[in-house]
Order: sequence, then structure tokens, then C-alpha cells
Amino acid sequence: MSNLLVSLGLNETLASYLAVMIWPALLVNFVAIYGGVISVVLRKVGGWMQSRLGPNRVGPGGSLQWLADAIKLILKEGIIPAGCDKLMWNLAPFLIVMGVFATFVVVPWGSYIVPSDLNVGILYVISITALTVVGILMAGWASNNKWSLLGGMRAAAQIVTYEIPVAMGLLPAILVAGSLQMSDLMKAQGWSPFDWLVFQNPFSMLAFLIFFVGSLAEANQTPFDFPEAESELVQGFVTEYSGFRFAAVGLGEFANTWVVGALCTAVFLGAGNLPAFLGEAAFLSLLVFVVKVSLVVFVMIWLRWTLPRFRIDQAMEFSWKYLLPLSFVAFFGQALFMLATYERPWAQQITSHVMVLLFLGVLFKFSGRVMANIRLQNTPVNSPVKIQPPAPAAPAPAAAEPATEA
Amino acid sequence: MNQELTTQYMTINMGPQHPSTHGVIRFILQTDGEIIKSCVPDIGYLHRSIEKIAEGVSWQGFVPYTDRVDYLCAMNANWAYSMAVEKLISCEVPQRAEYIRVLVGELNRISSHLIAIGTCAMDLGAFTPFIQLLREREYINDLLELASGARLTYNYICIGGVMHDLPPGWLERCAEFVDHFDVAMEQMNRLITYNRIFINRMANLAPISPEMALDYNLVGPNLRASGHHIDLRRTTPYGVYPQLDFEVPVGKGIEGTLGDCYDRFFVRVEEIRESLKILRQAIKQIPSGEVQAKVKANIKPPVGHVYVRHETPRGDTGYFIESDGSTSAYRLKIRTGSFTAMSIIETLSPGAFIADLVAIIGSLDVVAPELDR
Repeated sequence: MSNLLVSLGLNETLASYLAVMIWPALLVNFVAIYGGVISVVLRKVGGWMQSRLGPNRVGPGGSLQWLADAIKLILKEGIIPAGCDKLMWNLAPFLIVMGVFATFVVVPWGSYIVPSDLNVGILYVISITALTVVGILMAGWASNNKWSLLGGMRAAAQIVTYEIPVAMGLLPAILVAGSLQMSDLMKAQGWSPFDWLVFQNPFSMLAFLIFFVGSLAEANQTPFDFPEAESELVQGFVTEYSGFRFAAVGLGEFANTWVVGALCTAVFLGAGNLPAFLGEAAFLSLLVFVVKVSLVVFVMIWLRWTLPRFRIDQAMEFSWKYLLPLSFVAFFGQALFMLATYERPWAQQITSHVMVLLFLGVLFKFSGRVMANIRLQNTPVNSPVKIQPPAPAAPAPAAAEPATEA
Repeated sequence: MNQELTTQYMTINMGPQHPSTHGVIRFILQTDGEIIKSCVPDIGYLHRSIEKIAEGVSWQGFVPYTDRVDYLCAMNANWAYSMAVEKLISCEVPQRAEYIRVLVGELNRISSHLIAIGTCAMDLGAFTPFIQLLREREYINDLLELASGARLTYNYICIGGVMHDLPPGWLERCAEFVDHFDVAMEQMNRLITYNRIFINRMANLAPISPEMALDYNLVGPNLRASGHHIDLRRTTPYGVYPQLDFEVPVGKGIEGTLGDCYDRFFVRVEEIRESLKILRQAIKQIPSGEVQAKVKANIKPPVGHVYVRHETPRGDTGYFIESDGSTSAYRLKIRTGSFTAMSIIETLSPGAFIADLVAIIGSLDVVAPELDR
């Protein structure tokens, strides 16, 4: 950002000061708008999947529903429950939002734009998201509601549990890049799918899956949405919140989906890398990046509308018994793979091509099943009843002519 | 230093407005963290003294009230009551009416089971199957609306037969629905029934042993899930069921213990298939003719009592009627399946998680209005 300002003719000190102010303003506004838009997209996709319309009143196709919702939530009275711990209760939503917003400091925008390219970038993301737990726990405790308390406890247990596999899932990427810095992690990959980390070898694929699943759990997405499991805990730690605070909690949750998508893309899915002949086209790179993130977010929404929820103890088991050991496998596997292919780049080429082909095969098979399902759905039902029209009755004899007056 | 900390259990009030207590049911939970230590169901939030109302209205006039006993299978409730009164006044129902009763009754059974498995899936966090099953249920509602004019509380089956004949084209449309639904149900099974997460949640959860099921007087699918081949349509056949060929699905513990939540869920899925089979046969066999026996407008049955059992989606529904020869019942007692299913929750739930309790309620298919009447 400061480079851009310097190129516009500002002196360097001023430019760096301005950049410090412009970035947060841009990011916070983006996150707020994204959080709103994704809430509509979520409901729209839900509508498609469930043969209903979804929001369709405000704006074309319901696309402005999020504005209406935001205005409504801000205008509503923020009801403070009796007997709650006011300070903690008021603080909690903002901690939740802060935990998510703070990650945006290092979340990249394409391969060439990183708001602040910290040298501990990825570590910073992992640690700062833990702030959300504090917020959720505070919200649960301070609400003076037992359902909220249970939700808060669940969230704490779950996020702490899944942070480990998430961090372990990132280790293979750090091995490859040899750095924690976001820009290095992105540079370690190429533009074509064969050069993406996810398709490099089976272990990196495994690492990606572990990271993705763990992130779902950390972002409280289905099938790990225990903290606010509406059929079990009413609304979990959000139960007592209303008005603006409720909007803040929701915003944090929705914004988290972007963080997960962006990290997956940046670390595993080739970020916004472009072919060499295009040069450092920052805008194009941003575009590629955003498309990839949107796809990942779409997959998250898709899972949300498809899967039932785990039980809390099963989710814990899943993390400790499966994800964690597997993440060690991925880590050591990746290390060994790198050792083995260190002097044989062709071997790496072969594995990556095989992985991509395998992925395409799975995709093909899957879409075949989807198409078969769609065809099945076209069996006729409820065709209109063909009611035989009643046989035309013999024309009634014309009413007797009124007697003409003599 | 070996002193144990004394901790208290947390008392949580679940309901009457909890999202997954299916209507207004209340539980008082004692929990240790998330693990339930005791669970006391508190019923009576939907009591409408339907049994008492029967003593004040005419025999025919009570049929619409039976709709409200269990709004998810109003046809079957109509049918059960009509059967009871017909037995009381020794009335012969025409064959075509019997077949129409089977048709609408089985359609209603399917729609009730769709709600049961849909809400059960929704309680476990899967929202899409519920909505898609409701879409299929709409088709059934359309069919029943064509036949009776109503979508939920039909008041179609009446004493002596059915209100009026099926409209032309109804049978073809029903056949079309059956063909469509076979496919739709298979899709639904792929979406939820065979889902690994779902199976893991339901399998081995709160198993009811065969003895326990009898002890607690469970009926219907809940009883069959514990391995009993007891279906009133087979054991004490009524109507034209003896002429129809269908299986009685029972729980086999396919994913774990016999009589666990998954068995109860799966028995309902299989019953839907059997109902489709029955529908196919009934559509083929239905004769033409009258749909209503001659019944006086002002019934005055002989003095005496009668008890009729009927297999509704929630099991053995019994109507006991004591008649004193007047134009309304002297005493009417309804025995429903949800009531006993509710009583077993208290025994099943200790040791389970709160999330499990939701699954247990869902798999037992407790419906609040039938519970309280």
C-alpha cells in the first residue's frame, strides 16, 4: 500500500503513516460487507438445495437482504438479560469480532498484496484466532443462561482441540516454503494445479484435508457447529444476544469463513499465482485469488446444508484419535518425500500429475453421480388431474315464451 | 488429601419452547456438564380434554375432533374412531370404502413417517433432508386434498365409509406419486439414512431391549424396532389388510445394538417402503361401488362398550367407547402410542448427552398433541 502511495507522489514517511490508516479502514469495511453478503449467499444456496426460494424480497433476487438485516439489527433494542455480568457480556461480542478481524492483518489478497507481511504470518493467524474462544467463553458465562454456558464450554473445548491439527496441518506447507511468512508460502507454489501444494503428493493432500476439516471446526461450521447447535442448545452462546451485539457475533462467524478460504487458497491452492508471462499483475492475481476463495467458501456452505452434526464427544475423538495422528503422518511423510525428491525433481512432477489426474477422476465420478441424481428427480409427479368434462347436457328447453300481453 | 470435591448437578429446563421438543413438551434435566443424570418429562401443555368433549357431541360430530388427536395422521385417527363406532352399531362398510380407507390411511402413514424421520434428522443438525421430505409430503397433501378437501385435518373417513368417492383421475395420480416417491425415498436415504455421521450419532444410542419394550408397553414402530413382529395390520387384521401382501419390518440392530435409535429410525424408513407396496396393490385391487353404508343421521347405538385397536403411524391406537344408548358417548378413552414412548425417555436418557436426548425424542417420534389429547 505504501509503495502505491509513494508512486502517487507522496513522501515515504507520510505514505507509510497513511497506509497504516487506509488498510484497516479498507479491511474492516470489506469484512463487514462480506459478512453481510455471505449471509445472503448462504441462505440463497440453502434455498437452491432445499427446493425453496430463499430471500427474494429486498433488491433484485433478494441480493440486498443483508442491508435490511443489518439495519434491522442495529435499530433493535439490545436487551440486556437480568443478572448478567454486564462488563463481560458487553465485551464478549467485540472480542469475538476482534479475533476474526485481527487475522485479516496477514490474510493475503492475491500473491502480491499482503496487508502486513509479518515474518511469523501463519503463526500469527493460528494464535490470534484463539481470541475468539475467550470471547465465546465470556459470552457463555456472562449471559446467565445455562444453554449459553453449555455453548461456551463446548466452543472452548472444541476450538482448543482443533487448533492442534490445524497447526500440524500447516507444517508441511511450512516445510516446503521454509518460512512462516505469507508471501513465501505463496511463492513456494506455481500457477498451474501441478505446482499447487495440495497436489504435490499424497501427504500434502492429507495435510490440506486435515487443515480444512480442522478449520471448519475452528470456525464453528457444520458439521462442527456445536456451540450454537440450535436443536440442542437453543442458540448456544448467542441465545441472549440481540440487536447490534448479535449482529457482531454473526459478523465474526461469517467473516471467519473468508479467513478459512483465504488460508486454504494461499497455503495449499496456489494462491493467486499467475503464469510468468503475465508478470506481477496484482489485480489479476487478486481476481484469481478471490475466485478460489469463493469456491472454498462455497464448499463450506455446501457442507453446511448437507451434513448432520457430530456429537461433541465424537468430534473430540475425531480430532485426538484420527486428525492428530494423521497430521503427524502428513508431516513426516512430507519431510521424507522432500528428502527423496530433493535431487529428483522429475519424481515430484510425476506424483503431482498423478494426484491431479486422481482428483479429476474423483470429480468426474462425483459429477456423474450428481447428474444421475438430477435425472432421477425428473420422474413426473403431481401432473394435473385430467378430469373428464361432464357430457354436455341436452340443451334445456327454452323457457316458455312469456305470454305476450294481449 | 483424598477428599472429593462436592459438586452439584445443573438443573436445566428444556422446553416447552425448546426448538427440538416437537411441540410443547417440557423436560427437567439434571446434568453433569453435558451428561444427563436424570430427565423428568413434564407433560400436559397441550391438553384439550378431547375425551370429555366426546361426551357432549354426537357420534358423527366427534370425527373432526379425532383429527386433532394426532394431526400428523388424522386419517388414521378418523379411521380408528369410525371403526369403533361401526363395531358398536354393527355396520358393514362397503368394499370400495375399505380400499379407499387403506389408500388414504397408508398415504397418511407415509406423510407422518416423513415428518418423523425428517425432524429426527433436523434435530441432529441436518436441515436439508427435513425440507426435502416436507416437499415430498406436499405431494401427499395434494393427493389427500383432492380426496378430502383438506390438507391436514381431513375429516374424510366417516362412520360407515368415507365422506365421498375419490375424484376421477385420483388413482392414476396416486400411482404416479408412488413411482416418483420410490426414487425420491432412495435419494433421501443416500442423503441422510446412509450418512456415516448420522449413523454414528444414532447407532448404539439408547437401546431398548425386547423385554423392556414390552414392559414399557411401547407400540408401533418403536416396539418393532426392538425386534417384535407385532403389527396390528397383521396380528389382528382389520379392513382389507388380510388381502394385501406386505412385510412387517423389524429392527435387526443393523448398525449396532438391537432397538437403538438407528433401528427405530430405519424401521420407519422401511415401513414407508411397505406402505408404498400396499398402495400399489390397493390401486390395482380397488373395486367400484358404494363408498358409504346407510347410517342414520342420528345414531343411537345399543348399550354396551367396545374397544378397537388400530395401527396408526405411532402404533397401537385404541378407542374405548362406553355407550349408554344415547346420541353421544357415555365415556370415550383414547389410548395413544406417544404416551408410553414418552414414559420410557426417563429411563433411557441418564448417561446420554443433551445432544443424544434430542435424538432419542426424535427417534421415538413423540407427538405432543397425541400425548396430551
